[in-house]
Amino acid sequence: MKSIINYFKEIFTGLRSLLQGMKVTGHYITHPKEIITQQYPENRDTLKMFERFRGEVVLLHNENNEHKCTGCSACEVACPNGTIEIIPKRVEVEGHKVKAIDQFVYHLQMCTMCGLCIPACPTDAIVMANTFEHAVFDRSKLTKILNKPGSKIMDGIK
Amino acid sequence: MNWLYDFSYLTRSIHESLAETFEPTTVTIIEMALAGVCFMILFALLGLVLVYAERKVSAFFQQRLGPMRVGKWGTAQTLADVIKLLMKEPLMNKNADRFLFNLAPYIIMIASFMAMASLPFAKGLQALDFDIGLLYISAVSSLGVIGILLAGWSSDNKYSLIGAMRSGAQIISYELSVGLSLLTIVVLTGSLQLSTIVESQANGWWIFKGHIPAVIAFVIFLIASTAETNRGPFDLAEAESELTAGFHTEYSGLKFAFFFLAEFANMFILAASGATVLLGGWMPFHIGGWEGFNGVMDYIPPIFWFFGKVSFLIFLMMWFRWTFPRLRIDQLLTLEWKYLLPVSLMNIVLMAFLSLMGWHF
Repeated sequence: MKSIINYFKEIFTGLRSLLQGMKVTGHYITHPKEIITQQYPENRDTLKMFERFRGEVVLLHNENNEHKCTGCSACEVACPNGTIEIIPKRVEVEGHKVKAIDQFVYHLQMCTMCGLCIPACPTDAIVMANTFEHAVFDRSKLTKILNKPGSKIMDGIK
Repeated sequence: MNWLYDFSYLTRSIHESLAETFEPTTVTIIEMALAGVCFMILFALLGLVLVYAERKVSAFFQQRLGPMRVGKWGTAQTLADVIKLLMKEPLMNKNADRFLFNLAPYIIMIASFMAMASLPFAKGLQALDFDIGLLYISAVSSLGVIGILLAGWSSDNKYSLIGAMRSGAQIISYELSVGLSLLTIVVLTGSLQLSTIVESQANGWWIFKGHIPAVIAFVIFLIASTAETNRGPFDLAEAESELTAGFHTEYSGLKFAFFFLAEFANMFILAASGATVLLGGWMPFHIGGWEGFNGVMDYIPPIFWFFGKVSFLIFLMMWFRWTFPRLRIDQLLTLEWKYLLPVSLMNIVLMAFLSLMGWHF
């Protein structure tokens, strides 16, 4: 007797779980506003990338063309595949010879967008930008120098 | 506009105008050719519309947009696909059985063509109306499995053969449930003739008049017919993730298109036979006693009722396909032999009892 009850119970629980699944997909088809697909080239002007999207590494500059990079090479060490190359130089500040960056070289073609360089930076000089249109016709254009010409380190950053 | 409500005027006038100029034998041949052309056009249209509908519906079920580029809202996408398939090279394995390999798509097509012939599309719009119509449909629609088995056998590919064997096991099993669930309603109608079955629903569809057993029969029919079309959660014969494409792995170009078309045509045929038997076919929605309401419902032409019901059932099948995960072969057979078959046998006894006591409307 118990097995017969279980048999019908199984049928009804099975049907119920099927209906639950259909309810989920039924919600999707009746809510076309929740569609995730982006019509990319058409909506290029209005498309907003997500905040957390990792597109490329940028070195932040303020309006006086100053950045926070001390040239400590922590990002270069943190990078798993040699994307970042710091070329340092010695500058004289108040009579001392201090290490600073000459060139912050960033090889976009090697970057896997893992983002490990961002937390490695002790002065929060670099961030991940959410740009994504990186296609170029010349491979050499992918090797970028992130510090702008003539830029220098911000005051008080050591 | 009168012909839209009763097609027998139209067919009779065509017949009479032909009979004036030709002898009776020639008239029959011409009429058969005309019906064949009509079915071919219907087939092509069904393929175009259903493929587009399937892609769009599946997209919306998965929060996607589906085809959007070719034509407004991607409406010309299927046409573009047809052109692409026509231009593809028909490839064949070196060791394939040439004759059977080429024969298989045509057998599948012919099976669905034959089943289409006896469907009542609207009042007086039925190519073949004979007294075993329902039996004929269920017999002919299962012929397609021979084509699938041939395709799997002749391809010289292990995946094709496994897919074909699965499909054979599946259709032999689920044929029973489809037949029994339709038979449940035949208990009430007392006839297998499709036109009589439709006429018997003039005062209400069987799904409402037959109480609980009819609803159970409807559910069983939906599940079993989804399995019989090799779709949805029962697409083990193709099982992209395990068998690449199952029985049609080795097919390309036009022959592949035939398999594709036959799948959608079979879906249409099963939905149409289900709609005819359980949902009243082309009969408008009537409630006994409500004359005004019935008059309004009669104003909608029967052909729209028929295609509306069929598209509702097809939508349900698509809903199943894009919601449920695929069954394993042992689960598939368990579902049929341990659940659907006993339940439908019990159901038919219940329906017989109900009909004996006169508890249905």
